[in-house]
Parts: sequence; structure tokens; C-alpha cells
Amino acid sequence: MFVPVGERAPVFNGFTLITPAVSVGNVGQLAVDLIISTLDMVRAGHFHTDCLIPMAGNNPYSRGDQDAALLSTNAEVYCRTDLQLAVLQIRTPILPMKMKSFRKLLVSWIKASGFSRTVLLSSCHAHQRDDQQLLSSPLRYLLTPGLRTEGTEGTEGMLQRLGWREMERVSAFPGVTDSDTQRLYIPGGGITKALYNDCCSENISMVVLLLFCSEGDNVPDAFTLVNHLNDWLHLLDKPVQGCVPWRTPSSWRLLFGSGVPPLIF
Amino acid sequence: MATFFGEVLSVYSRAVEEDDYDDVEEENEEDLQIRREIEEKREVHIRWCPEVSKAVESAEKLQCSDLIIAVGPNAAGFVSAYILSSEGWMQVGWVSLWNERSRSSTRPDTAPLPGEPGCVFYQQKSCPSVLICQCTCYIAEDQLFHLAEKVLGSMQSRGLTVTVLSDSPLTEYKTSHYVNGNGAPFLRALKTSTFTHNLPCPLLEQPNIITGLPAAVLNQCQVQHIQAVLFQCFSDVLHPDSVTMETYKPALSCLSTRVKLETRPNMEILQKLTRVNDAHSNLYT
Repeated sequence: MFVPVGERAPVFNGFTLITPAVSVGNVGQLAVDLIISTLDMVRAGHFHTDCLIPMAGNNPYSRGDQDAALLSTNAEVYCRTDLQLAVLQIRTPILPMKMKSFRKLLVSWIKASGFSRTVLLSSCHAHQRDDQQLLSSPLRYLLTPGLRTEGTEGTEGMLQRLGWREMERVSAFPGVTDSDTQRLYIPGGGITKALYNDCCSENISMVVLLLFCSEGDNVPDAFTLVNHLNDWLHLLDKPVQGCVPWRTPSSWRLLFGSGVPPLIF
Repeated sequence: MATFFGEVLSVYSRAVEEDDYDDVEEENEEDLQIRREIEEKREVHIRWCPEVSKAVESAEKLQCSDLIIAVGPNAAGFVSAYILSSEGWMQVGWVSLWNERSRSSTRPDTAPLPGEPGCVFYQQKSCPSVLICQCTCYIAEDQLFHLAEKVLGSMQSRGLTVTVLSDSPLTEYKTSHYVNGNGAPFLRALKTSTFTHNLPCPLLEQPNIITGLPAAVLNQCQVQHIQAVLFQCFSDVLHPDSVTMETYKPALSCLSTRVKLETRPNMEILQKLTRVNDAHSNLYT
């Protein structure tokens, strides 16, 4: 259930929604953090649901003591009206028994809000790649049928001009030539595949961007994913030299624990 | 996973489950039935005493000015030794729930006995609008949301102030400088947008977060625009102890004048609570 922060519910009609799938390395969630932090997005509301593990903290994007005191919850919606952009950040895992109801909730909210398109940022286990995939870039995309029919000027043409590749379908039994069941296989992608299928059947325009990665320090993966996204959506201007100046949020400090005791040196 | 030194570590992975939802999609009627039964069994119920339950079921719901929720051994111990030890409180309700780790599962229709893990509500006799919820049992992740929703849903949210007391080990506190035991125990606060009082301690700094029942209660209060504050105590003592319990004193005394706080803890109760600290089986006892 979406609960707006202010008295009036925001209007998302025609907006682009970016949301992460809770997936391997939390790459989508980290990338979304970078977008919210860099674009100074305003919190529009909470996504209040029993499908996620509860969590609370102070403002994860604070720049000092003045804006630190802001209770943030496990799922929140941020927006920038001038960019027609809304972002749903999910900060905790989905309860295993509630995967289906969470997808249903998300799909019905996307439909009710009237988003023009939804971008799902996700990731997939790097060790599951086949030989072909190992040799190419780690980025893949998936489009729902609604976005495919637009022709070369549409989303698909745009993504192909960027040199992106569609996520390959794999055969259920590799090596057995007479099996013609090609299926989508996204291990470590959480609800990615099921949500994509839901959006296909519900006729929602969705683009899935996913990165092959492994567990560990996934901050570089998040930068890779968000840079690719920026190549397509142009959220930030790309400088002539160097890379896009993404701002890491203050909550990314101490990813590897607290300070060490000075006496050990 | 066994390490080089041979000890076995439980490995926590951030990787989510494999792509096995294909099977979940093809549920038959029997699977759904089993799923429904499990969900029913895990449902959370609050059992109020007859007088309170009348108020909860009425249109105005239960009138409550202050609700104090104590979660964790130290917070619950503080409430027992400093507040509930006086005669002015009576038990008005308890939570009935079932999960893998809650012991009360065998008797779902009787209140937990004193000293038994459980989640119990107390009401102040002199001022019935003050309630305390003392929670010492394990509540599973999927039950937290519903418990918070049911507790706050049974109360009139206008004029309500929720205070959550909770504790966690010092090792979970993240800070850029090294924390040794000298500063511990200490309090950190977290408040909802509508809470405007001054706080007796610093706010919980990022990247520290809280989970569990305190987080579920704060989330619920935030979306319902209820004034709520959490005091999280970080302690370097493994078991409940009197020094840690005392850190909650300034937090509570400055907030709620309606709650009578004993200046000295009840020694008998305190002794009972901290008995686990005593050495039991060394060479000399």
C-alpha cells in the first residue's frame, strides 16, 4: 500500500518508474541509491507492506546534521516531477512466503499510478554464464511485448543502438539438440523473472536491465549498471572527459565494519 | 563452511534464492490448502481482558495516551524492576502467537506465566490511559508487521505517544572510530516525523539501522502519523545487567510524566533477572 508523506497524493501519471529487484549483490538497490542521492530526489511516500522484513533508520541520504533526522522505512518512493521520474527503493528482502503477494501489490500499484514505463534494475549470478555470455559485456536487457512493437525508433531500437544485448533464452537441457524448450533463466535474480512475466501478461511496459555479477563488494557493479542506465535515459549530463559524477549516499559509509582499535598498530 | 582453523561458520549470503519460482507458480489445490493452514497457524492474536476488549471493539477504540513497548532482555528487565514493581499495574492482555521458537506454542489459550517468555500488556491503575507492552519472546519476521498493526490498530491514534525501548549488543553499532567498552552502555534515538519533543540522547547515526519489532512499530507509527520514539541501548554485557537497565531512566523520565518511575529498582526482581550473570560451574562454586 502506498502511503504519501504529505496530505495530497502525488500524481505519477506518465512518469518513468525505476525500481530494483532484490537480487544477487544488491546491485539494483545500490544503483537506485545512487540515483536518489545524486538527483536529490524528494521522498513522496512509503510503500507500506507486510511482504518485506521491517527495518528503520535515519535519513540514508543526509548531507549533515540538519537533514539527518528523518525516519526512513524498508520501502520508499522518491520523485522528481521536472524529470517525470519516480523511484521505488526497496531496502530489505522480501519474505519467502510473500513473493507472490508482493509482485501482485507492485503490479497493481504500477497500473493504478499510470507510469508510462517501468525500469527494473536487477542482477544475475555471474557463474551461471555460458561460453558466449562469458565473452561479451555483462549487461543484458529484457522488454515486455508492448515495448517491442514500437519499431526501430522505439525502446528496442534505442537499446540496440547502444550495443546492448537481450538476455538469452537457454535450453532446458543444454547439448540435447532435439529439445526445443527455450526458457528464461535468471538465477539469483529474486522476483525478476516472475515480475517480468507478470508485466508481460498484464500488458505493462517494463524494461529489465540486469548485470551478471558475483557476491562481494558490489559498489563497482552498481556504478556500471547506473552508468549504462544513464546512457539510455540521460538522467545526468555526461562530462566530455571522465565519468558521470554520481554522489554516493552517506549510508554507504562503513560497509566493511567499524573503525579498528588504534592499539593494534 | 569450515575455515582453515577447522571451526564451522554459518555463512550468511546476500544472494537470494535460486530461480525456483517456476515450481511455486504451479501450485495445486492441496499446496494452497497447506499454505493457508500454515498462515492461519502463524497468525498473531491479541487477547485483551474483558473490560479492555469492550473498549477495543467500540467505535472509538481503546483510549491510550502513552504506550511503552519494551523489547529485549534489558528493556524488559528495566520495565519489570523500575515500573511494574510497584503495585499500580495490572495485566490486561497478552499476545498469542505460534512460531518455531516460541515456547508458548503448546498452550495458545493461556497467558504466559511470570518469568516465561511472552508478550504481555499492563495498564496503570491510577491512569488507565497508560499501557506497557513487555515483549520477551521471539517473534518471527513474518509476524512483526501484523503484531505492530494489530496493537496500534486497537488504539485511538489521536493523542497517542509511543515509546519503544530496545537493546542490542555493542558489536552491532557501527562508527568510524573504534568503540571500546568505556562508553557503553549508551542510548541512541529514532523518531517518527510527527514526534517533536526534545530528545535526551543523540539520534541513531547512519549507517546504523534497526530491525525487528521496534522497526515494525516505528514503520506503522510513521504511516499512521502517530508520535513515536525509539530508544535503542547498546550494551557490551552479554546478559541483562543493572547498569544497562539504568540507561533507560533519563529517556523515560523526561518523556512521560504520567508514568511513575521508581527511583530505586526493585532488588528482588533485579536479582532474579541478572542471576544468569553469576558464575555457575567454575572450579570454585
